[in-house]
Amino acid sequence: MIKKRIIPCLDVKDGMVVKGIQFKGLRDIGNPVDLAKRYNALGADELVFLDISATETGHALMLDVIKQTAKELFIPMTIGGGIQSVADISALLKAGADKVSLNSSALRNPDLIKEASEKFGAQCICIALDAKWDEEKQDWFCYTHGGKKATTIRALDWVKTVEALGAGELLVTSMDYDGMKQGFDHTLLKLIQDTVTIPVIASGGAGNAEHFTDLFVETDVSAGLAASIFHDEHVSIQEVKDLCMKKGVPIRNV
Amino acid sequence: MIAIVDYGLGNIANLTNAVEFLGYEVEVTNDPERLKQADRIILPGVGHFKDAMNKINELNLLPVLEQLKETKPFLGICLGMQLLFDSSEEGSVKGLGYLPGDVKKITGNVSVPHLGWNKLASTVPSLNDDVYFIHSFKVHTDQNVIATAEYEEDVVAIVQKDQLIGIQFHPEKSGEKGLKILDQALKGGFLS
Repeated sequence: MIKKRIIPCLDVKDGMVVKGIQFKGLRDIGNPVDLAKRYNALGADELVFLDISATETGHALMLDVIKQTAKELFIPMTIGGGIQSVADISALLKAGADKVSLNSSALRNPDLIKEASEKFGAQCICIALDAKWDEEKQDWFCYTHGGKKATTIRALDWVKTVEALGAGELLVTSMDYDGMKQGFDHTLLKLIQDTVTIPVIASGGAGNAEHFTDLFVETDVSAGLAASIFHDEHVSIQEVKDLCMKKGVPIRNV
Repeated sequence: MIAIVDYGLGNIANLTNAVEFLGYEVEVTNDPERLKQADRIILPGVGHFKDAMNKINELNLLPVLEQLKETKPFLGICLGMQLLFDSSEEGSVKGLGYLPGDVKKITGNVSVPHLGWNKLASTVPSLNDDVYFIHSFKVHTDQNVIATAEYEEDVVAIVQKDQLIGIQFHPEKSGEKGLKILDQALKGGFLS
């Protein structure tokens, strides 16, 4: 049986790890290569690097981070942030990324998903989706640019579209739950996982180990992702995995 | 020297990293003469079965691969393992046909791709570990199977016939235990 994955996310700006609280107010945490190695030793099943650099120089530093990490670390690495083209994807994969996650560029140009999936294989194309509930319209909508810009695209329509275009995985962040540490957005995640057959990584809202086991008991998502609670050592990956095992959630024990 | 066959498909940076990390000398090449110089051959591959066979044909690699699989330890990984079999539903084409069996889309009430860590089941004790899979098609064969993983139905995870080995998962992405399996495959494999 396939194991549920626990994934720390490292937000990287200009080659250094930071984490936004509700996408605002960044603070430095540390060197991405060191953190990656630490998480491997601690039992992370996969790593996500989100490059939030705003400049070309920043993105170039990200490639160096990936190259260095890939020489020493042999678990899957997904890279997202600022990816605009097939050429960008090719450079990241060559540097050592296993998957890339596309967000804004895919919403702007959905054909990029198809093109990339055909060229590199669906298995390395992950679509990241920042979804926010609209109280007035009573529905979830996609946001771009790190959650700063609203779109008129319904989250539940978008996931169907990207699956049809050849996405191999979804990374769903609930903007309403992100940074709140009150647990994952089960309502949204269940609806999305019921809409697609590709695996879903849940993001946004984890505050303790129970939030992960609740997620896996109450939804069929494949993985849970978190950043600050792991970086701050507020919760350890082992603690999450121990609780999963206790509750009968299939998990990889290192 | 270990030669990784470069037929222009998929990402082989991490496989190269892993083999180097294990202390082997590696060369990524599609030059038949260099391939013949190698002590061992790795046939990698991520992507589409039909594209892979087309590229192998375009580069005229069939004769040298045919010769190498008879004379040298030969390891196919992921799509590289699937190519060793008779045919695939992915593009409805013939494979290399070095091992009996066919490749078919994963079906059933499960997520596709089969993505993530899954436990191997094997009579070889050192193989009973969690390893990282990512694939949408799987091999159907009842011969030469060394390890399987359960995903509603069994997924063939490792095959070996003499010096010819296939690994469906990504040992280069399966942590320290994956590196051990890769090393064991490169040192001769899993037959006692």
